[in-house]
Amino acid sequence: MTMTSDALEALTSAGFSRRHFLKGAGALVVSFSAAPFLDAMPSTQGPVDASPQQIDPTRLDSWIAVAADGTVTAYTGKCELGQGIYTAQMQLIAEELSVPLSRVQLIQCDTSVSPDQGGTSGSRSTPTNFNERNLALAGATAREALLRLASKRLGVAVDQLAVAAGVVSATADSSRRVSYGELVAGRKFDIPLSSSATRKPPSEWKILGRSVPRVDMPAMVTGRLEFVHNVRVPGMLHGRVVRPAAVGATLVSVDESSVGDVPGLVKVVVKKNFVGVVAESEWQAIQAANKLKTAWTRGSGLPSQRDFHKRLRGQTPSQDAFVVSSKDVDETLAHATTVLKATYLYPYQMHGSIGTSCAVVDVRAGKVTIWSATQSVYALRSGTARLLDLAVENVRVIFTRGAGCYGLNGADTVSYDAALLSQAVEKPVRVLLSRTDEMAWENFGSAYVIDQRVGVDAEGAIVAWDYESWFPRHGGRPGHDRPGNVVTGALAGFEPSTVTARRATDPSDSFRNGSNAAPSYVAGCVGGTCGGTGRVKSERVLTHAVRSPFFTGPLRSPSRLQNTFAHECFMDEVAARVKADPVAYRLRHLHDARLSEVVSAAAKAARWEARSSPRPDAGRAGVARGRGIACVLYEGDNGYCAMIAEVEVDQATGRVATKRLVVAHDCGPVSNPDGVRNQIEGGALQGLSRALSEEVTWDDRKVTSIDWRTYRSLPLGFEVPIVESVLINRPDVEAFGAGETSITVVAAAVGNAIFDATGARIREVPFTPERVKKALDARTGTA
Amino acid sequence: MSSMALMVNGRRRTIEVDPATPLLYVLTDDLQLRGPKFGCGLGQCGACTVLAAGRAIRSCITPVSTVREAQITTLEGLGTVENPHPIQQAFIDEQAAQCGFCLSGVILTAKAFLDQNPKASDAEVQQALSDVLCRCFAHTRMFRAIKRYQEQAV
Ligand code: FES
Ligand code: FES
Repeated sequence: MTMTSDALEALTSAGFSRRHFLKGAGALVVSFSAAPFLDAMPSTQGPVDASPQQIDPTRLDSWIAVAADGTVTAYTGKCELGQGIYTAQMQLIAEELSVPLSRVQLIQCDTSVSPDQGGTSGSRSTPTNFNERNLALAGATAREALLRLASKRLGVAVDQLAVAAGVVSATADSSRRVSYGELVAGRKFDIPLSSSATRKPPSEWKILGRSVPRVDMPAMVTGRLEFVHNVRVPGMLHGRVVRPAAVGATLVSVDESSVGDVPGLVKVVVKKNFVGVVAESEWQAIQAANKLKTAWTRGSGLPSQRDFHKRLRGQTPSQDAFVVSSKDVDETLAHATTVLKATYLYPYQMHGSIGTSCAVVDVRAGKVTIWSATQSVYALRSGTARLLDLAVENVRVIFTRGAGCYGLNGADTVSYDAALLSQAVEKPVRVLLSRTDEMAWENFGSAYVIDQRVGVDAEGAIVAWDYESWFPRHGGRPGHDRPGNVVTGALAGFEPSTVTARRATDPSDSFRNGSNAAPSYVAGCVGGTCGGTGRVKSERVLTHAVRSPFFTGPLRSPSRLQNTFAHECFMDEVAARVKADPVAYRLRHLHDARLSEVVSAAAKAARWEARSSPRPDAGRAGVARGRGIACVLYEGDNGYCAMIAEVEVDQATGRVATKRLVVAHDCGPVSNPDGVRNQIEGGALQGLSRALSEEVTWDDRKVTSIDWRTYRSLPLGFEVPIVESVLINRPDVEAFGAGETSITVVAAAVGNAIFDATGARIREVPFTPERVKKALDARTGTA
Repeated sequence: MSSMALMVNGRRRTIEVDPATPLLYVLTDDLQLRGPKFGCGLGQCGACTVLAAGRAIRSCITPVSTVREAQITTLEGLGTVENPHPIQQAFIDEQAAQCGFCLSGVILTAKAFLDQNPKASDAEVQQALSDVLCRCFAHTRMFRAIKRYQEQAV
């Protein structure tokens, strides 16, 4: 791969690390080798601008370049986290420009070359780059520009031209032709993105909409792909951190003499409560970190885990918000025929990436180069500038693949670790966290307490829905200016964001259900417009954020999963009370056609038998079988999903075996069906692991779920259920995300299936055998 | 520090190393191999798996001095991008991964087991992988890929 010598010069003279910058001829654009991905995604090559603020997202050249050989290079701010977005974005560019996939090169997430598109999170990558904006718009703008150039060159009107494989020819006379490479010959387009450029209609798609295999798969399965863990920079040292002995503990002293005899030790680094060691080799750094004697204060102490949920309710300060409030809920409930109430509990859970987080940072002479698996290169860039007290222009962040992160794992915090250590030794430093450091200090997915109350009329219809929740929060995404939102920044003296008291006011503008705090069955009426998916008009949804003793942050389907668990199980409770079939009862309260359609499609695919739960022949002993359904419109506007779970419950032990998960899914136009299936399947099983076994634990001072024995993830060797997905493809509507939909409904679908099988309702995740057994034993009249 | 020779992916490699160093760090740092990964360092996840004399071992808890005599094969020693091993091809065919970080554990554990037990039942294969983790939960595809390989191999 090559890059312009000018760009190379600019970067290196600006003090950035030369790694990856192979000297090349003066071609404007990289040429693409035949064996891609041996060096990860080619994220560090290409026409590099050393002043990233000049990457103007309104200009076509910031997004797309065409080389003399016809290779199309696109730049994206949405990066590959294992979800397959890299391949899907290549398909998008190949499609819009009518070039074969093999001639597309995608450069992702590097603050020196790619436009700032925020983070790769929240299932927003497909919506962002596939709808009428950004990358899709760039592709369409480029195609139109190329057609105009060809029209001029060939003297043929644009509507008399056709494009195939990067060659434009006259429809009447195909001997009159010119290739993209000849048209552009490596020059810049120098035009703005055109908001009126039209995308190729799905009816003409040849590359999008197909199950194109992941371009990185061969490199992955043969161990060739470069992860951030594999980045090696000349002169690089290895660092390790020493975290506090307890939550809230501050540093009293460090005894450097305790590591005096560790070979290869370069330095012990202390900055406020941040402690780390740097050594020549990784093994030496590990030994130094293990040996280093540090003394800490006792810490803030932790509330007892046993009654933690109880204490969340009513905790102050509390930051309160109404998602919706029709102001007539108490009155409607007072007149309802039946009122049902239940409380649902959800634990803290963790990202638990299979690889612990790793970063390489090179801080020299005030210039910083960061190789990181962060979800947000631009935010990490400014966060690090703050942390190190350097100007943001002096920091370059290069996204490099990591283990699947599922949200805010340790990628940002370990980048800060490496930055602090590198700054202290003025050499590039690689930091890899230990399993315990990763698990004890990551930003956990939040625990929840959810109170549900519903009123039902004489016909069995829901007339009012009242929801109130409490969830703890501390820190979060560090963003551009909050390095203290993750542990390293906080240890180094930066304040984390925290909850401050705020009273709930009425939602003023419109109904927004980003956290799925409102159930699917309410109308969501705000300011005279009803934006919900349901029919229930007497509605109140009130949330309370309170302070968390642990760092928290987005974990795949953050809050949406917790809320959906409570909504969809409670909906089932109501259906059971009025002896209604759970599918029919849902449909009766929905008015959104697409949500109803996924529910019906799942029921059809699973051959759902219409009847109420629990199953009439449910016995009280032996193995009981049951099925349950759950559905969601993710974030209120970002993907429809319904799931049916079929389970077997061993009533002697409380063990739950999930046999089959049927998922119906509608994310609008499907750019890569197999890619979407892969996401649905992975989300379904990860959701199962979270529903059945994952839970953060702690004692009176520290987190105690610190490895895979104390934090249980379902291994390869558990009885894997069959996962069937039904994809509803809608080429003509906006694209939605697909990464967080199926995981959102698993706990509810399984909980409902357990109820169907046994008549026992489990209102707390995870459904461990002990907890299930307890619920089974609590059934009245146990045989 | 002592000088030590290892046979890795069919090549003899000499390194200067503290003999107590876990094999993983020798492979990833000294030899700069990318297949084996650090997942836990505790023998609990499988990400660091390599084959030693055909058996799947966890290199994160294996002192390098104990494998001096063995032929060590890492994931990249099995096949290449141009010429993948049949089990790697099966994973490509089934698109059986998401982030791919766990693949040394999944592929090498399955391969070592099936080489010894070519006629193993599905339940036995599952049992053999009972201690291997994939946090992306690409399980269903992985078992399909393993099955595909098993059917081709017998
Ligand atoms: S890294 Fe060796 S088993 Fe986890
Ligand atoms: S594919 Fe990501 S952990 Fe297995």
